[in-house]
Amino acid sequence: MNRRMIEMSILAVITILSIIAYLGKINGWHNGYTFSTGLSITLIILLAASVIFILVLTIKGKLIGRRIVFLYIGIAITLPLFMDISQEIVVSNDVKAVYADLEGLPAGSKILVSFDYDPASAPELQPMAEAFIGECFKRDFKLIMMGLWPMGPQQANMAVDTIMNRMGLTDQDIIYGEDWVNLGFQTGDVFVIQRMGGSFESMFHTDINGRPYQDIPLVKNIKNFSNIDYSFNLSAGFPGTVEWVQVGVDRYGLKLSCGNTAVQAPTVYPYLKAGQLSGLIGGMNDGAAFEKLTQLEGKATKFMLSQSFSHLIIIAFIFIGNVAYFRTGRKSALKK
Amino acid sequence: MDHFGIWLAAFLTLGIYSFLYRDNAWYKLSESIFIGISAGYWVVILFWDNFYAKFWLQRQDDPMLWVGAALGFLMLLRLIPKIGWIARWPLAFIDGATAGLWGMNFLASNIMVQTKATIMPLMGPAFSGSIGDLLSNLVLVGGTFCGLIYFFFSKEHKGAFGNAARVGIWTIMITFGAMFGYTVMSRMSLLIGRIDFLFRDWLGLLK
Repeated sequence: MNRRMIEMSILAVITILSIIAYLGKINGWHNGYTFSTGLSITLIILLAASVIFILVLTIKGKLIGRRIVFLYIGIAITLPLFMDISQEIVVSNDVKAVYADLEGLPAGSKILVSFDYDPASAPELQPMAEAFIGECFKRDFKLIMMGLWPMGPQQANMAVDTIMNRMGLTDQDIIYGEDWVNLGFQTGDVFVIQRMGGSFESMFHTDINGRPYQDIPLVKNIKNFSNIDYSFNLSAGFPGTVEWVQVGVDRYGLKLSCGNTAVQAPTVYPYLKAGQLSGLIGGMNDGAAFEKLTQLEGKATKFMLSQSFSHLIIIAFIFIGNVAYFRTGRKSALKK
Repeated sequence: MDHFGIWLAAFLTLGIYSFLYRDNAWYKLSESIFIGISAGYWVVILFWDNFYAKFWLQRQDDPMLWVGAALGFLMLLRLIPKIGWIARWPLAFIDGATAGLWGMNFLASNIMVQTKATIMPLMGPAFSGSIGDLLSNLVLVGGTFCGLIYFFFSKEHKGAFGNAARVGIWTIMITFGAMFGYTVMSRMSLLIGRIDFLFRDWLGLLK
């Protein structure tokens, strides 16, 4: 059997197994699986032993291909999702600062939340959004949501639905238009923030459902940032936290904290140190920490074990890569 | 999500990841669909949210919008080579306005406030800081100062000046390392999200 045939056979087997698993899901043949603690520990030991075996091979001068590294990353992420092992989550001072800000606000405070991301960054930012919204609902804060990214407001609606289901809240408990509102997306990037400094209504004539601004009880008396008690920005790039700091904070005196993707977090740390931001939730790790503080544990907490495993595997392969570099010499290592 | 939608999402996700094995037709198909949908999505967004909502609906209330529309029209003249040079006028307007606005923002937020934050007392106001704060502030001030020296090219990097520049480049390298670490963390988070989708939402194998 040639290589092409082998590849096609593997693909066919995976497809058949996927169809069986999917049929199992929709027909209730299985309800998902969780590994026992014993099996989880066994798998961890086997994984560690195989990495050590690769290290030994490397020391002997036998280099592995890049596909093996990809496979290990995949395994390191997938297996922990099935494991029932909890990991201790350390809460940083930056995350505590966000929570302390919320603790310091009286009930009924108006909070502006800008959803400046799209589904590509949802694994990192959506858990933060859900925990933040949930904490605000618990404390009876009024949420005004918007987005400088086209899909941001949809992410906001999804986050509200998810957290209300998880908290057992109904539309009668949290009333749209009185307790929260979604003003939708507006083009213009930084200019939107600037115009909102003068008038919210000039940028948002209606909410996301087309309801006129003046017909929405929560916002009809809100003219600009001076009527906002606190703001939170969920950002995955431009326009995002940097622009909110430059215009909203430094020009209009908005009090702002943010939740960022890990990629963006180092960019906004200087603003935090300078006091332009009052708190920062950076990446999934901080997202899990915020879930811990709010006691609304969600996907960030669930994903932390996979995150840690994948980091360990990356560190191990960086080490193995350096061993290969020194063992075989730069030129031969590059040729491989 | 209905059956077709979830299978399509899984098919495209696996198609993109199939590139890790090697370049193939499945990957190319998934990539092309993604690029095509993204381009189409942005055309629709820009037409309805910019042209229609911000110009067409409000054209009678605000005459100044016609100036913007005219400048926008001039941009399209790039498509006619003989008079394409006229498109430089709206570009000049955009360049000037953007430079002015961003210049102000960066001067205020990134230069003035950041500089002020770097020259705060080492032990905090009224010696309120801890030993940790003192060390942190020393690293901040020393790192900033040495980093600036590294980018000062009017004097040869020799002696004490050269040593300070070396500390500067180390500071910058450590910063790049931290940024790389955060980037890895971010990319892993996205991969976790997709794998969770495949095993939980698609196949239902996760509880």
